[in-house]
Formats: sequence, C-alpha cells, structure tokens
Amino acid sequence: MRKNLISALVLLAMLGTCLMILSCGEKPEDTAALEQLKQENASLQEQIASLQKENDELKKQLDELMKKAEVKELQVGFIYVSPVGDAGWSYAHDQGRLFIDKLDGVTTSYVEAVPEGPDSERVMLNMARKNYDLIFATSFGYMDPMLKVAQKFPNTIFMHCSGFKTAANMGNYFGRMYQARYLSGMVAGAMTKSNTLGYVAAFPIPEVIRGINAFTLGAQAVNPDAQVRVVWTKTWYDPATEKEAAKSLLDVGADVIAQHQDSPGPQEAAQEKGVYSIGYNSDMSAFAPKSHLCAPVWNWGPYYKEVVDAVRNGTFEPKPVWYGMEHGIVDLSPMSDMVPGDVQKAVLAKKEAITSGQMQVFMGPVKDQTGAVRIPDGKIPEDGELLGMDYFVQGVIGTTE
Amino acid sequence: MNTELIVPLLAAAIQSGTPILYATLGEILTEKSGVLNLGVEGMMITGALAAFVTAQATGHPALAFLVAGLFGAAIGAIHAIVCLWFLGNQVVSGLALTIFGLGLADYLGTPLIGQTAPGFNKLAVPLLHYIPGLGPILFQQDILVYGAILMVPLLWLFLEKCRWGLNLRAVGENPEAAAAAGISVLRYRWIGILGGGCLAGFGGAYLSLAYTHLWTNGLSAGRGWIAVALVIFAFWRPGRALLGAYLFGGVMAFQLRLQAVGTHLPSSLLLMLPYLLTVAVLVFSSWKSKQADAPAALGVNMEPND
Repeated sequence: MRKNLISALVLLAMLGTCLMILSCGEKPEDTAALEQLKQENASLQEQIASLQKENDELKKQLDELMKKAEVKELQVGFIYVSPVGDAGWSYAHDQGRLFIDKLDGVTTSYVEAVPEGPDSERVMLNMARKNYDLIFATSFGYMDPMLKVAQKFPNTIFMHCSGFKTAANMGNYFGRMYQARYLSGMVAGAMTKSNTLGYVAAFPIPEVIRGINAFTLGAQAVNPDAQVRVVWTKTWYDPATEKEAAKSLLDVGADVIAQHQDSPGPQEAAQEKGVYSIGYNSDMSAFAPKSHLCAPVWNWGPYYKEVVDAVRNGTFEPKPVWYGMEHGIVDLSPMSDMVPGDVQKAVLAKKEAITSGQMQVFMGPVKDQTGAVRIPDGKIPEDGELLGMDYFVQGVIGTTE
Repeated sequence: MNTELIVPLLAAAIQSGTPILYATLGEILTEKSGVLNLGVEGMMITGALAAFVTAQATGHPALAFLVAGLFGAAIGAIHAIVCLWFLGNQVVSGLALTIFGLGLADYLGTPLIGQTAPGFNKLAVPLLHYIPGLGPILFQQDILVYGAILMVPLLWLFLEKCRWGLNLRAVGENPEAAAAAGISVLRYRWIGILGGGCLAGFGGAYLSLAYTHLWTNGLSAGRGWIAVALVIFAFWRPGRALLGAYLFGGVMAFQLRLQAVGTHLPSSLLLMLPYLLTVAVLVFSSWKSKQADAPAALGVNMEPND
C-alpha cells in the first residue's frame, strides 16, 4: 500500500513538473516568474529524489522480510538397511544424520531396517508425500526404487549412497574407503608376526575387493612378506558366521583379523584368541579393547551438511560424488596404544600424503594374483577402473568368485 | 590339510553343530508324540533373545539358559493350544510361529543390537584336555556342548526305557489305540511340544550365550530349519541326530577353512555345501524308505474326547 502511495506521489510530482515546464515553455512573460518556476522545479526534483531513496529502502526491507519467510524448516529423511544400533554401516550414517539435525532449520527423521526392493519404495514414497525436501537412501539396493520415486516427485531431492544412477533431482554419493583401508593395512602389516593377515569379507563385489586390495597394498608397503587370506561369508550381517570365518583364518595362522562386515563378530574371535584385529565402519574398540588396533571409519556428517546447504541455496547438482579422505568423509579411527609410536607416525604421514593428493593408493605398477600387470607403471587408474575392480592384487590368497 | 587344521576344524564342527543338536533333539521329542512343529526357528530365536536379555540383566548365564528354555516352551504352548485344543493345522501353525518368533525377536531385539552380554566361555576339562588331538576337540568346549551331548542318551533313555516316553511314542504312533489304553493323548502331546520348545530355546540360547556374545536380528539364520530336516536324517533317533548335527556343523566350518587355506574353488559353491548335504541326506533317507521310522500319526490331530 505504502509503495503504491509513494509511486502515486512521484507520478503526481512528475506530472506537475511537466505541466509547469510545458506552461512556462510557452512564452516566458518575465524572467522573475521564470526564476520562481525554476526554483519550484528544483525543490520538487529534490523531493522526488528523497522519496525515491525512501522507496528503495522500503523495497530492500520488504525483500529481506520475504527472504526470511522463504527459509522454512528443511525436512530430511534417511532410510537405512540395518538397525542403527549395530555399530556398523547404518550406525555411521546415523551419526551423519545427527550431525545435520543440530543445524538450524533442519529436522531429520529415519526409518531403519528397511529391506531393499518394494518395501524401500513404499518408505520413500511415504516420505516424499509428506513433503520431505531431501531424502537419503543408504544402501545399494535402494537405487532403482529411488529412481522411480524421484521421477514422481520432482520437487524433492533424492540422494543415493553407493550406486551409479542419477536423475535431475537425484544424486549419488560414496566415499573412497579404500584410502583408509590402505592405512589400516599398514598397521596390520607392521603388527603381524606370522606375516599372515586374515580378512573376513561379505560379498565379492568391487567395493569389497577394492578394500581388500588397498589393505594388501598398505600391508606390503611396510612388510613386503605380508599375505592376506580372504574368507567370504556371503552375508553382511551374521555375527555367528563372521566369527566362525575369523576363527578359520586364525586356524591357518593369521594373527591380525581385518573385516568388511557389519558386526564386530570377527573382533570377538580375535580377542578370544589373543590376536589383533582391525574394525570397520566405526570405532569398534569397545567390543574388543585388547584386540582392536584401529578401524577405517565413515564420517558422513560434513558431507551431509554440504548437501543440505546446496539444497537450501538451490545450488544442488545431481552429479556423482566420490569423496576421499581430503573431504573427511572417510578416516582412520585413532590407533590403539598397542601400535608402536613409529608405526603410528608412518601411518599418519601416509595419511597426510593421501589427503594432500601427493600419493595415490592405486598407482601403477599393480599386479594381480597371477603376476599380470593390471595397472601399468606410473599410471593412476581412472575412477571407472577402480569402481569395476574385480581382481585381487598379488599377495592376496583367495578367489574373487 | 594336516592335523594342525583338522583338530580345530573338528572342534569348530562340534561347536557349530551344538545349537542344531539341541533343536533337533527337541524336534524328535515333539514329532515322536505325533506333532509336527515347523516353528523351531521361531522358538530358537525367541530363546536366543530371552537368554541374551536375561544374561545382560542378571549377569547369570546359567539362569539365562533356563529362561531361554522357558520362552521356547512358551512359544511351543501357542502351538499346543492351536493344534491340540483347536485342532488347527500343524503345518500352518508351525510356519506362523516361525514368522511370529522372528518378527517378535526383531522387534524386541532391535534396541539391543551390537550390545554384548556375559555368556559361557570354553573351559578345559582337567587332565583330559591334554590328550593330543582328542583333548582340544572334546574337552575344551563350553559347558553347553557337554549339556547337548548329555541330552542325547537322556532322550534315548526317555523314549526307549521310560514309561512316560513309551506312552509318548504310543501317542505318536496310534493315538486312538493309546487313548483306548487309557493314555491321555493330549497330555503327552503337551509334554512333547513343551519339551521340544524348551530344547529349541536352549539351542537358541547357545547362539547368543556361547557361540557369540552379541545380539543381532536373525541370529538363528535358518538353523531351526536345518534341525527339522535333520530329524528325518536321524530317522527320529537321538544318536543319529548327534551325528547329523556335528556333520552339518563340520561342513559349515569346513567350507570356511577351505577358503582360508586358499582353495581356488568359487566360494559360492563352497557355501552351498551344507545345504547340498541337507538335500542329499533327505533324498538318501527317503530312498532307503526308512519312513517307517516316522511316527505313524505325525501331523494328525485328534479330537479331544475327554
């Protein structure tokens, strides 16, 4: 209303001035009248300028108020494949959720233990219908259901972890866990006496194979004689089988047990036998204090904040993200006191080198189990090559089948 | 494979066979009374959770073990009520109890995931554990392993020599005749179901108290079903159940060790071994047409006439 009033005033003033100029342009009778009109004109001009200024200021205030009203609460949903209390994969994601939950204007909620497939689609649909602004789905099998839901709800941003599909409103993200695994391999290689490291692994998929290879390369970097024996459990989450698998590795002489599972079952087996172990996902030292050396861990919080900010500012881009240690998304948990100081120092120096980009974990020459060169000397493999890794490097005993 | 590997393999076979042995013995008892119970898996997981919660709350693993038996029997009581009182279909009731047990344990157990509880640890039997080879295999196990072994002759004595056991078998073979002879069919079937549920609960407790000391959803991981299959393999005889359970546990432990040694066989194939064995055993036992060993009235409900 006020704005209109001001505009009307300005218009009136301008009209008046024009009329005056027109009327005086006709035939100035005498200079005194002309002078008076000029003066009047000048003062009116001044008034116009001051009103204009006032108008600008009010406009600015109005804009600010509009902006404030626009920043509404950002609703963020998370979908986990396992229960959060498992100290594993979903636990790590939930720590990330809690991190962004603390931010102003962000509310989060989650659904845990959602089976991959149609059930997950239902959960996502439900969240999208409730006008969630941003939905994170944190398991590979959620990819296609998420893509389907994303097409139906163009105003919601969808984020899928560990997959490879994107859409206009759906991005995918993952972390270079192999970098932290390399460091944990260095610790294991330095601590082993039998030169045999055991690795309890879930499924022979590139993500896991890449981790085993990086672990092996790390171990060999400090101990060229180190060998890594792999046992597949074909399950992400079965502590009894995982423990049994770890025991079978201990029986063949492994004295450090690493793992790519979701439970601390392997840690328990190592502790009972009195040997060392390397955890995964989150610091598992509470489960096996006398055995746990360190763990490659996920740290999703800062990345989730980045996504939230991007969605808020409207700068979100649905591009695949594969961040490494330089973004803090993966890390090595603090090493136990059992790891000697010089080993810790060497590992931290390597971490620095990887973080700064000075060093690449997979840097040619890398040979596979048969001795064939898979990555030529001095070559840094493309991401696509790493994402499709399906062979074991030299020094791994086991099969990828 | 040398002896250094075979000794721990056999020790592991006994350990991973023990939960299955408890459940198989329980199912033998239930089926001998003429009731088919497909709810073993549900009873095992309920027992496992009950044991875990009790051990965590009280710090007494022995008490936890007994509580697990009670809870297994409680699930069994549902089966008994459905099948004995309401003459419900035994197959459907059993399947429903498996689904119910797994769901209940998931629901109640989710907050406990990843936590630990005190349990049974291995103890060496004085002197005997020094015997080379045999010592580490047989005499360095936890007490529940010995409990399961002891249960084998006990069940055999009960079924073969004890009056109650004979009555229970009579009820399973020919309930009408047994009833005519003045035996209460319902009472013995109640005993069969509750006893079987209790043993299945013990089997579950072994998983959460001795095998691991952790809780996780789906801890039983299909072991209840293996037990149901092993009953047929065992021809309903406790002694053969021991053999079957340890054989199964052995194959399970064997395939993991085969991988650890560094074989180049695909791991998917090795993982199939225990289940291939189950199928082979089922085929073998029906081929030998030993079905005569099955209780004649297995799965048949009887109208309560009293």
